[in-house]
Amino acid sequence: MTPLAKTSRRDLLKSAGLLVVSFTAAGTKPLAAQSTASAAGPYIDPDFKQLDSWIVIREDNTATFYVGKTDCGQGTGTSFRQLMADELDFAYDKTSCVMGSTDITVDQGGSGGSTAMERDAWPMRRVAAEARRVLLEMGSSRLGAPVDQLAVREGVITVKSDPSKRVTYGELVGGKKFHVALTGANINATTGVAKVKPVQEHKIVGLSPQRYDIPAKVDGSLKWAVDVKLPGMVHARNVKPPVAGAKLIRIDESSVKGLPGFIKVISKGNYVAVVCEREEQAINAARQLKANWQKPATAPFPSSEDLFKFMRSAAPTSNSKPILVGDPDKAFAGAAKIVEANYDIPFQGHTAIAPAHAMADPSNGQMTVYSNDMKSYGMRRGVAEFLGMPPEKVRVVWMEGPQGYGRTAADDAGCEAAYLAKEIGRPVRMQWMRSEESAWDTKAPAFTVAMRGGLDADGNLIALDYNCQAADYNHVGYNEADTVLIAQLMGIRRATPAAGSAATPSEMYAIPHRRMTSQVVSLPLVWETPLRTGNLRDPNGPQSTFAAESFIDEMAVAAKADPLEFRMKMLTASTTDDSGFKRARSIAVLKAAAEAYGWDRRPSPKPRDTGDILTGRGVAYAFRGQTIAAEIAEVEVNRKTGHVWVKRLVCAHDCGLVVNPVALRHTVECAMLHSVSRTLYEEVQFDTEKVIGVDWTSSPTLTHADAPAKIDVVLVNGDPNPNRPDLPPYGAGETACKPMLAAIANAIHDATGVRMRRIPFRPARVLAALQNGRA
Amino acid sequence: MSNLTLNVNGKMHTVDVNPSTPLLYILRNDVGLQGPRFGCGLGQCGLCTVIINGAAVRSCITPVSTVKSEITTLEGLAKDGKLHPLQQAWIDEQVPQCGFCQNGQIMTAKVLLDKNPKPTDAQIREAVNRTLCRCMTYYRIQAAIKRASTTIAAQSAAEKEVVA
Repeated sequence: MTPLAKTSRRDLLKSAGLLVVSFTAAGTKPLAAQSTASAAGPYIDPDFKQLDSWIVIREDNTATFYVGKTDCGQGTGTSFRQLMADELDFAYDKTSCVMGSTDITVDQGGSGGSTAMERDAWPMRRVAAEARRVLLEMGSSRLGAPVDQLAVREGVITVKSDPSKRVTYGELVGGKKFHVALTGANINATTGVAKVKPVQEHKIVGLSPQRYDIPAKVDGSLKWAVDVKLPGMVHARNVKPPVAGAKLIRIDESSVKGLPGFIKVISKGNYVAVVCEREEQAINAARQLKANWQKPATAPFPSSEDLFKFMRSAAPTSNSKPILVGDPDKAFAGAAKIVEANYDIPFQGHTAIAPAHAMADPSNGQMTVYSNDMKSYGMRRGVAEFLGMPPEKVRVVWMEGPQGYGRTAADDAGCEAAYLAKEIGRPVRMQWMRSEESAWDTKAPAFTVAMRGGLDADGNLIALDYNCQAADYNHVGYNEADTVLIAQLMGIRRATPAAGSAATPSEMYAIPHRRMTSQVVSLPLVWETPLRTGNLRDPNGPQSTFAAESFIDEMAVAAKADPLEFRMKMLTASTTDDSGFKRARSIAVLKAAAEAYGWDRRPSPKPRDTGDILTGRGVAYAFRGQTIAAEIAEVEVNRKTGHVWVKRLVCAHDCGLVVNPVALRHTVECAMLHSVSRTLYEEVQFDTEKVIGVDWTSSPTLTHADAPAKIDVVLVNGDPNPNRPDLPPYGAGETACKPMLAAIANAIHDATGVRMRRIPFRPARVLAALQNGRA
Repeated sequence: MSNLTLNVNGKMHTVDVNPSTPLLYILRNDVGLQGPRFGCGLGQCGLCTVIINGAAVRSCITPVSTVKSEITTLEGLAKDGKLHPLQQAWIDEQVPQCGFCQNGQIMTAKVLLDKNPKPTDAQIREAVNRTLCRCMTYYRIQAAIKRASTTIAAQSAAEKEVVA
């Protein structure tokens, strides 16, 4: 890859020679280095109402799309290129995509909520369609033929009656600006005059071009955010409070002053960092630094063993508005059979494969942060406000990094590096250590859920109660200047902490009487806590769905019904649907999953196997937004060890229009396995003052040995009219995470007759349950 | 600090560092490589893996002064501009999600295939088991190793034919 010397988009147009050099590699390699050199600034926001902010076409008939998104590894950049190339009528391999750097791309917010295809690709498609319209008008003037007499293919306009008359997009606008204004009340509404194509006219959408970012990731040539090097740079490491809520009393700087390469200890409030010339020196100095901390007078939280008891008795910080259907109390009073169960899901960390990191450059009285933060625009605002700098003096250059999934929506390191760089006056590279990341990253909230269900005499589920408490108070924002960890440690407090949220189930079952309530609760320590919550891949969905879809299975068992048929009956009991046909599509995915798996209809549990290995299968389903997933897990449970192997997985997945089937399948596959890991292994373990699982031994994760023998992903389009021209794409990054926990619990029950209601299912817990349940 | 000379991907580099410094930081910050990466600093995850004397070595816990032989990194796998069959298999199978761990996966798989060009599924799992991926691309990685194994077998058969 050839890094570009210049960075601003103005320069991108001017320095066409450089671009061509860079572009020759663009078909296979990303252009991530485009912003890495220092540009002078100021960094004025690109205007989303200008076509030139989105698309650059060069004289050699190549195009670059500038989008305000980041890619966490699902290949969204490739899909954007497909969609935009199709609308533009351009060859896919003549395009490239620049993402997420705040000075050269419009602010679409970066990544989050699986909105890439569902929401943010729409303005991209519309501006590409508008560019095509404008180019056809220019072609019409150039060729002396009306637009309706022109054909266009792969960026070449021809006169239909005389194809020898031709002009390329590059010849029309290459190296020049469009100067075309767009309209729209906000960036999501950005549009020109042109309309997007009916999906049936797409030629590239629906194919699976290989992800352009992969080659540079396997040959070592990609420059990641961790790889940024700048002249005069120094290295920093944090020194975190040894226990949660501790107060810094005194730093003994003499403990590190003589160390090689030592530059400075910087501290404010309870925030402490050391800065050294070399990385290993900073690591060493952070370890050597002696500091006195005062423990808090009261315990910051209960231990992870006592967490759920605490949550169930805590006074809620907020209550959701109850969702009420029918008259549940009356229905329960008349029920033939009532079942009750509680489900517990602990805090789970992101525990990204590599810790938070960023490089900040304070040159020219400005601040450039090189970061993998998936919400680079949020970080820019946060850094500017935190440092008291005007936003136009701050930019965030987005580069690739270890998985997003929400951790890098609030990555902390960017604000820290920027603060230290401003203090030191040199470029500072901040990187967290493993133990720090595992202890202090943002967490998915713990849930405890109480379920109650009532069957009538015919085994129909007539009444259902769902009530949960979620430990989600003061859920952090996106590197906000008053919630980012460095600000918290410095004693900055926002007047009203974020309320947090607690989810209710997301399915389309027709249950005549139901009540869903939820409460957010707080742990004693609200600020400066390693148990601060943030978004983790469908922030509350896996928790609520574990309870809801495990309990539906329990009701099916009570009704002696096949669990898939039990669900299907509740989906088909109603004929009403929403505008996205979610009920019809729910039925379609469940059918598709059952067919792909070869589901045999029978009640659970199955007759017990005799050997040490017990096998079973379980199903669960959920939607997220308009995307629906039904999953079937087949497990082997070792009766002697408690070890669970998820041997086979099936997911039937409906996210509407599929842009890149291979990239989608792999995303779904990995989303499922992410939840397999959360189901079997993941829990933030803590005593009453600190997180105690801080490396891969004490905080285990899924490994190669756990990989299923077979995974089938079935891409369903269950829309009653799948050929409608406006078939929308829905988000696909998170839905498949949701049903897996329950699918596995249901499979374990099918195999063993034992119901697991507490995540995770590590061998010791499963073994204890088997012994109690005499499986 | 002391002067040490390292052979990295066939090129000699002299660095002036504390001899106890983990090799990883030297490779990244002095030699300027990007393949080996920091994940845990504890030898647990495998992101920092390099190959020394035919073994997969976790450079984050290997003092630089103990390294006497040639170090091969991800950047050193391609030969004459052609990707190693493993790297090609990673592209063909579209293995990565974020891709941050894939250095460790590929380098560990390289050591496996160098020793055992036709591993069974169980041998593949065993060989790469301690190399972690938090995007959970395990299923695709295992498929890619199998694919590379097939490619290597076909290549060596073709070479034998040429020799014969």
